[in-house]
Amino acid sequence: MENTQTSRRDFLKAAGFTSLGLAVGISGFTKDASLKKIAPAVLKLEINPFIIIDTTGNITLVNPRPDMGQGSTQAVPSLLAEELEVSLEKVLIVQSDGMGKYGSQTSGGSSSVRELWMPIRKAGAAAREMLTTTAAKRWNLPAAECVAEDGKIWHKASGKSLSYGELADDASKLEIPKEPKLKEPKDFKIIGKYNKRLDVPERVTGKAVYGIDVDVPGMVYAAIVHSPMIHGKVASIDDSETKKVKGVLKVMKTERTMPHRTSEAVAVVATNWWAALKGKRALKVNWDNGDYAKTVNTAGYFAATYEAAKKEGVNFEEKGDFTVKYANAKDKLESHYETPFLAHAPIEPENAVVHVKDDGNVEIWAPIQGPDWALRDVCGYLKVKPEQVKINVTLLGGAFGRKAYHDFLLEACHISKELKKPVKVIWTREDDITQGPYRPGMLSHMQGFVEDGKITGFHHHAIGESIVGQVFKGLKDDEADPWLSEEISTGNNKYQFATASKVSWTNVKTDIPVVWWRSVYASNFGWGQECFIDELAHLAKKDPLKARLEILPDDRFKKVLDTLAEKANWDEKLPEGSGRGIAVFKSFGSISACCITVSKKDTGVKIDKVVSVIDCGYYVNPDNVKAQTEGNIVMGITAAIKDGITFTNGICDQTNYHQFNVMRLNEAPPMEIHIVDSGAVPGGVGEPGLPPIAPALGNAIFAATGKRLRKLPFDINNIA
Amino acid sequence: MAVYNLSLNGKKVKVDVEPDMPLLWVIRDFADLKGTKFGCGMALCGACTIHLNGQPARACQTPVSSVGKNDKITTIEGIGEGKMSIIQKAWIEEQVPQCGYCQSGQIMSAAALLKSNPTPSDADIDAAMSGNLCRCGTYDRIRKAIHRASAEMKVADKGIGQR
Repeated sequence: MENTQTSRRDFLKAAGFTSLGLAVGISGFTKDASLKKIAPAVLKLEINPFIIIDTTGNITLVNPRPDMGQGSTQAVPSLLAEELEVSLEKVLIVQSDGMGKYGSQTSGGSSSVRELWMPIRKAGAAAREMLTTTAAKRWNLPAAECVAEDGKIWHKASGKSLSYGELADDASKLEIPKEPKLKEPKDFKIIGKYNKRLDVPERVTGKAVYGIDVDVPGMVYAAIVHSPMIHGKVASIDDSETKKVKGVLKVMKTERTMPHRTSEAVAVVATNWWAALKGKRALKVNWDNGDYAKTVNTAGYFAATYEAAKKEGVNFEEKGDFTVKYANAKDKLESHYETPFLAHAPIEPENAVVHVKDDGNVEIWAPIQGPDWALRDVCGYLKVKPEQVKINVTLLGGAFGRKAYHDFLLEACHISKELKKPVKVIWTREDDITQGPYRPGMLSHMQGFVEDGKITGFHHHAIGESIVGQVFKGLKDDEADPWLSEEISTGNNKYQFATASKVSWTNVKTDIPVVWWRSVYASNFGWGQECFIDELAHLAKKDPLKARLEILPDDRFKKVLDTLAEKANWDEKLPEGSGRGIAVFKSFGSISACCITVSKKDTGVKIDKVVSVIDCGYYVNPDNVKAQTEGNIVMGITAAIKDGITFTNGICDQTNYHQFNVMRLNEAPPMEIHIVDSGAVPGGVGEPGLPPIAPALGNAIFAATGKRLRKLPFDINNIA
Repeated sequence: MAVYNLSLNGKKVKVDVEPDMPLLWVIRDFADLKGTKFGCGMALCGACTIHLNGQPARACQTPVSSVGKNDKITTIEGIGEGKMSIIQKAWIEEQVPQCGYCQSGQIMSAAALLKSNPTPSDADIDAAMSGNLCRCGTYDRIRKAIHRASAEMKVADKGIGQR
């Protein structure tokens, strides 16, 4: 524990205890809690930067995963509480602020439990050992006779105990054990058990504080006028009407900074956001949009993907000589599966409060998925050092990937730097829908063949804009997108095609801003992979489940599919006009399969039931696994049957929820979730349930109607 | 600017705002009650649902000038009249919220439904709740929570009747 004092001070500064913001409370995200402060003097034992135990026995966890609804504010403290032998209520949570000592801090890639499973448990176990050692010394007893339980160290034989608070000071002087003994899973009291999430009460009483709810003294509000045509420069501004709006303080040019380009924009700053919005509506801006009307069209983009499908792509992997084997195959198929651009459309629109102060220091309050990435982007943008930036992560009112893209945050930085005041930027829903970034639209060009009634040849040619390429500028022209390895590689999907298989890639570029969207490429390519397997199964005259099992030697996949078959009554015959479809997909370390039952209704079909099975290895809370999977069912069906995003002449055709419809309650089908307890290392939970949904639906529609759908979205009420 | 006297969660609130300002922004930024949420600004998502004289209303489409001083405005903060309502408890029991952002509006719509129809069928729930979007996809649990609240209310009513 070198430099303890300094690190504690750093922590206090970093965790925001000395400034206004979101501090502590049961979960740290209620308005009441934001006023509380922890006195620095009581902080005693800091076990790695994440955990602080004070002399009153309070335990504070610095949570390095923002909560956007996926449950990290329960999952992460559960890992700690389990090893530390305290109840979940005892752990106070503050969000990490992006500083390097907390490591990776982005909620994305379904990573929270996967990445923190060992580090947080180890930290908890180390603290437990240090506290135990301290108690044993004080009693002059062997440590082996002392046990941690319920926030105390006990000597059971004599019945005496010492609370963690009483031990924290002395324990902090010990070396931190490098390899503390972790609990055996059989002894888990919290992990794997149903526990109510402690932050639900504040989310049903209006007390939870999201980014949009942050108020800072002296704050002004900004609405942003973005170019209606994607990307543009401001040619001229007529703000005569805007300036007549009461409350409007200023009209200024600003900019929207995206990873691949920067567009100009205009900010209307006002004393309240309604005035800013009125001022925005009254503003007349002439835009110079260059060639974007010609170059940005989703119809043209998809035409280019179909053109690309006629040519060989860049090989990601190839086993056997697929091209030759396919050319010579007798029973073969070729299909194209298309998925649209999609907006994330979290109900809380993009927003941020930024204060660039006179001394150059910056404070931020924002609903962002990753304070570490935000810190990097803000430092790069404002040319400041990390020590000068204080990031307060709020709760996120949904994100789905969108709030790990910081254009809206950098807009607030730009405006505040100009005004030297705290500025709250709120995007309108129209900004959110028309500006992106979006899930890229993709094309899956599929080829495959069967031999002796078995699927033995398979080629997935993935075509479209690369997130790696556009967001990270990290893709060379002769290189296949590396993220395919976690998506459609045979190493990931575990299909064994006996004769030949191939995964290839063609990058069709676009200026439409793209980014990860719940389950990333798996949400695109799951559609092609799993519908085409279904097509090949029918070609082989095989039951689609059995055809999959034949080429899936992996035990975990088998178990997931067997469980699905049982729970969904796969072998039960359905009446004429009804059908079941299945799909299985592994993403983010977890295997999820889905069976959807549909029946013909008028000119379309009705979804009668959705059964999902997930094997995510060890998990924290089965109820949260179910909740996330329910969410994936709703979002997966939405992506299949509701609106996509299209661009015509450079302009997004959808503007709000009436044109970018998402599923409503009356459309949500009955659903059932089953968890396979494999005891494998933790996989993701927030995303893996989504990729099998659309293909299971497509396959069910084929089973019920004989109609094979290959393009998303489709109108479920009109299966022509 | 104009002065409006509002009855908000049983309290008198005086605000000096533009007549066309939607109640949503009055409530959030002038009465400092942040539980009512902005989602779409077009009455498409229901995140801003409040009660106006007991009826559900979209605060984003309700100009403050249209609200009289005797009109009773209730927000999520006032729904339990100081304590958690049966509906909110049902929401906790069913662990409905994920991000929770839409849930204020969901609960306000559900409360209005249960007030007019204490034992709603699934079809009634469909009709009353389809104006409230949830992007996290908590619909299945919202339905269960409404049924649960309905059952709890029945028990509570019986309790009162027996006394």
